[in-house]
Amino acid sequence: MRHVISATVQNVPGVLAHVSGMLASRGYNIDSLAVGETEDRGFSRMTFVLRGDDRVLDQVRRQLEKIVTIVRVDDISSRNYVERDLMLIKIAAPPGPERSHVKELADIFRGRIVDVAADSVVVEISGTEKKLEGFIELMRPIGILELVRTGRIAMVRGGPPTREQTEADDDGRSDEPSSARESLA
Amino acid sequence: MATASRPRVSETVQTGADVVVESLVRHGVEVIFAYPGGASMPLHQSLTKYADRIRTILPRHEQGGGFAAQGYARTTGRPGVCMATSGPGALNLVTAIADAKMDSVPMVALTGQVGTNVIGTDAFQETPIVEVCRGITKHHYLVTHHDDIARVMKEAFHIATTGRPGPVLVDLPKNIQLAQFVPDYDVPMNLPGYRPEPRPPQPEQIAQVAAAIKRAKRPVIYAGGGVITGDASDELRELVRKTGIPVTMTLMGLGAFPADDKLCLDMLGMHGSVYANYAVDEADLLIAIGVRFDDRVTGKVAEFAQHGFIVHIDIDPSEINKNKLVHVPIVADVEDALHALNKIVEKPAAPLDEWYAKINQWKQEDPFSYDRSFDGILPQHAIAELSRLTADRDTIVTVGVGQHQMWAAQFFKFRRPRTWLSSSGLGTMGFGLPAAMGAKVAHPESLVIDIDGDGSILMNIQEFATCRTENIPVKVLLLNNQHLGMVVQWEDRFFKGNRAHTYLGPIDNPEACGQGDGISPECRYPDFVSIARGFGWQAETVVEKGGLEGALRRLVDSEGPALLDVQVPYQEHVLPMIPGGMTVRDLIKQ
Repeated sequence: MRHVISATVQNVPGVLAHVSGMLASRGYNIDSLAVGETEDRGFSRMTFVLRGDDRVLDQVRRQLEKIVTIVRVDDISSRNYVERDLMLIKIAAPPGPERSHVKELADIFRGRIVDVAADSVVVEISGTEKKLEGFIELMRPIGILELVRTGRIAMVRGGPPTREQTEADDDGRSDEPSSARESLA
Repeated sequence: MATASRPRVSETVQTGADVVVESLVRHGVEVIFAYPGGASMPLHQSLTKYADRIRTILPRHEQGGGFAAQGYARTTGRPGVCMATSGPGALNLVTAIADAKMDSVPMVALTGQVGTNVIGTDAFQETPIVEVCRGITKHHYLVTHHDDIARVMKEAFHIATTGRPGPVLVDLPKNIQLAQFVPDYDVPMNLPGYRPEPRPPQPEQIAQVAAAIKRAKRPVIYAGGGVITGDASDELRELVRKTGIPVTMTLMGLGAFPADDKLCLDMLGMHGSVYANYAVDEADLLIAIGVRFDDRVTGKVAEFAQHGFIVHIDIDPSEINKNKLVHVPIVADVEDALHALNKIVEKPAAPLDEWYAKINQWKQEDPFSYDRSFDGILPQHAIAELSRLTADRDTIVTVGVGQHQMWAAQFFKFRRPRTWLSSSGLGTMGFGLPAAMGAKVAHPESLVIDIDGDGSILMNIQEFATCRTENIPVKVLLLNNQHLGMVVQWEDRFFKGNRAHTYLGPIDNPEACGQGDGISPECRYPDFVSIARGFGWQAETVVEKGGLEGALRRLVDSEGPALLDVQVPYQEHVLPMIPGGMTVRDLIKQ
């Protein structure tokens, strides 16, 4: 099962190495790891995506909690949360119909073209893992030159879920395909 | 910690190194095992200023210093402190640090580091020791500003000694040691993520355990190092007094319950007693206290105690359900949990007579045994004799790793906690001699004996010098079989006896390829008696069985450091044995 773990850590040198080293040495595979400062400069937030059964995840959480510089660990998978991944993708798209096609798809996926060169464009796009993968699949036949992703970040929603909040999540909208398979089907 | 409420001692300028050493004093450190070098010289200079309060002992190898610190810590429960210079010095501490982590030993390891201006430039004797030690410390620090020293030292001692204890590394760049400033020792700790205080045991869980005991017909207690580390030996004995439940111990747990008590089942696991392993297998209730269901105990973990209702008490939440899923997991200080349990616990409702009868039958059928009629000296016999001759003395035993370690666990009768020191989790050869050294420093009145093998002792034999020069009169009982006995045993059992680099004598001797039929006294190598004497030790060899008792008496009654080199055969196997990953049904008795 896929788990999203959010950890608050002390913003001290070596904490990322400590965490990733612990996970590697105990044989846990992480799909994604993102880290950045929080509103308090003394702390950073790490978001992990891991796969494993409940027992494995329980161990991961306890082992993370044992690391002195980790302040708090939450497995937010079972809670109502927003999850995002940011991607920059460079596509081989010389001026002409191909470039228009890329532009059109980027619009549908609420992406932005952030760089244009003679033979390529760079699209910035954010969303869930599924959405990004959907976009990648669509770009593959056109020609992906380079791709970089931040890894998943996630946050538990405030208060109990409401209809408005669900709608505010752009992935809930029907005008935007959440995966290539769906849109191509 | 003790420093928290004290006022600032002075407004005078001190060096960073002085602040480190002053911090040691403030944390009650009375001895440090430290080997100097370029990057730790300021610290050594400071230690001379505090010589009236801290004894600095110079080991002859940093690893020896690390294990000596462990010997101090394991016998006192207080943090052991060792120090080395940067680079090779620091790296030589690594094994002792990893060992302390595996066995939950409180230790503070200080290392010198190159100056902060050259860190990362591959400077002379530069090693990123914090990077190296990340996975093998409880926590670690690279101090990059002198204002952090007092806080880091405070945190280091706090972390090393609270919760589940462990080693903390503090890496101190030379310019930080040399910095001059007015220190503030009263600075608060900054550990928002470290909450070692265990919650009090939950009454409903304790009641569950008491209820399980009440209905148990075949209960067993499985006690580990946590009982010793948690100072819960008295509570454990009280629990047994109240309930009559038999106790088996792990290698780390020996001493938690007296070996001569009729309810003692001795050690369990791979080389544990037949009766302990049978009892755990048939138990309908297993109370696991301060243990981690290590593979050397459980064998095939799915079948370990498979018929039993399992209670697991441990201070470390990450040990719960790590190796074995249990029915009642109690995260608590073991002493608190046992104290709470002892208040409400009652004897099992049905008398345990049948269970005792069964256990006693197993004990009679398969005690730990050896061939008493053997003509020479068997290693088991030497240990049993030593145990007998020192029974009324205040004795601490350390060991290396291998057959002699297992035989010491089987045949030496431990009665009190913190009197048995063994590198159990990591299994580090060479542990015995330096650990004995540290134990003797902490307990000058005790008889401290390193029962060692001829393989293990060579790994830290340089500490003979420390024992002599620093007046640390430890005793060594050397069980000399000229082989790496445990590996030989596995070769015999699992590799058709093919000798693969397990003979310790000259390679042109027939024993090197398993051809010899024994080791004659003339061709024994090396000459440990001459080596020991060369270091200023008293030493003798014993070959004849009749000479053993006298030689042992001379050993334990000697004044200074002394070695008894006992010639033993290499053909003996440690039995019983449950091969790795197997079950009690695969137990080998012969």
